[in-house]
Amino acid sequence: MSDQLKRSNEPVFWLLFGAGGMLAALIGAALVFVLVFAVPLGLMPEAALSYGAARAFAQHWLAKAFLFVVVSLFFWHAVHRIFHSLHDIGVHAGRGARVLVYGSALAGTVAAAFALALIGG
Amino acid sequence: MTGQTKTVAVLRYRPEQDEAPVWQEYQVPYGDDTSVLAALNYIKDELDGTLSFRWSCRQAICGSCGMMIGGKPQLACKAFLRDYPERVTVEALAHFPIERDLVVVMDGFIDKLQKVKPYLIPREMRALEDGEYLQTPEEMDLYAQFAGCINCGLCYAACPQVGLNPDFLGPGAIALLHRYNLDSRDGGQAERMEMINAELGVFNCTAVGYCSEVCPKMVDPANAVNVNKMNSARDYFFRFLRPAPKQGGCR
Amino acid sequence: MSKRRPYVRPMDGWFKRDPFFIEYMAHEGTAVFVWLFALEMLAGLFALAAGEAAWGGFTAFLASVPGLLLNGLILVMLLYHGVSWFLIMPRTLPPVRVGGRKVPGSTISAVGLAAMLVASFAVVGFFCLLANGGQG
Repeated sequence: MSDQLKRSNEPVFWLLFGAGGMLAALIGAALVFVLVFAVPLGLMPEAALSYGAARAFAQHWLAKAFLFVVVSLFFWHAVHRIFHSLHDIGVHAGRGARVLVYGSALAGTVAAAFALALIGG
Repeated sequence: MTGQTKTVAVLRYRPEQDEAPVWQEYQVPYGDDTSVLAALNYIKDELDGTLSFRWSCRQAICGSCGMMIGGKPQLACKAFLRDYPERVTVEALAHFPIERDLVVVMDGFIDKLQKVKPYLIPREMRALEDGEYLQTPEEMDLYAQFAGCINCGLCYAACPQVGLNPDFLGPGAIALLHRYNLDSRDGGQAERMEMINAELGVFNCTAVGYCSEVCPKMVDPANAVNVNKMNSARDYFFRFLRPAPKQGGCR
Repeated sequence: MSKRRPYVRPMDGWFKRDPFFIEYMAHEGTAVFVWLFALEMLAGLFALAAGEAAWGGFTAFLASVPGLLLNGLILVMLLYHGVSWFLIMPRTLPPVRVGGRKVPGSTISAVGLAAMLVASFAVVGFFCLLANGGQG
């Protein structure tokens, strides 16, 4: 038991999990609705999802910041919870799996920043 | 007793003869006021003297008779046969090793309890002639609910993370740790933080929340654990900004 | 010699033992759908960066039957995530005191769910105004 007294690094991942979970709880469903169902249901004109409109939106720095925060935090939230669920169902992943799982969220974060940079301003 | 009987199925384990636990059924006469503990005592006195279980007060304060009743962690003195239509299953507390029948090995829990220093570590030492450590009702209200813990172990039987990692400090010990941290007379938080921050500490918890549901004394251990996640995160990121703690003496 | 031989019960299938655990596993499972939505948005961003044809492919997928079915499931799971998130919040949040009295857990959950409702309508309203305003 005593060797387990070393400090856990979980606070880093737990805070990202919590922030992403709160954001997803507050507006996650609304974002899916806006992106996928608002146009078919007639709440938004079809042109709202056109290439020009979407690109113009994503070129605004505020929209960029918002999209980056949403995509990256959703990844961090999801991988943390999935990692713990694997433990729950008896898949006790080691250090390698931990690096892989959280590394995927880091890759998602970098990829989101990269794509937003490609879209330009 | 009304002359009716009910089936009580008990998970038996006698290490000298059973490879693994086995179910054994007993027919027990019961009335509206027959608790599961009373039924077990009837079995031991009238049907089968070899049945082992722990009990003492019969009134939900000693914390000895925790067991899985109908699959849920409960005190046998606080659960009643009338609430189970056909039969009731009784099994040793989950997530603890079975010593014998309904008796579990509590050593790991007692060890954790000692590790969290569940006693006042005075903020300032007072000489006898200085009188008592005073506290206002408002200050007591902050920790009072956590002081209700009777160490019965039901929250451990409700916590899958305890079952999956027996080293995890667990809900009860952390609730008691929190009770002393919240006490205005106590200055031991820094000493207890190591346990909270450790790999066996609060971050084993995945907020299942069942520990607080099953507590017979209305303690909210899940809250104690989760509040300390935030405390631990603060400690993790701001530890370098604090002056090093003075060695020895009280804070 | 000691006859002690403590028996440790296996944890296999523990999550099926109690309805409380089944619900726990179900709301933990919403993370898969949060992950899928993050991936979908990331794909959208790359499509937007790649050009008009790629973006057209992306929106065509969203409007297709498989796309609508998948996103319908994601929508339901994200709603479930939100509701379960705020229902567990009284356990995870430090106790809130108003006027010296502890706010009951049910109030904390209710405030959280109300915030979810308000934020959701604000987001949908904002984007609808933006879209319709942009088109005159």
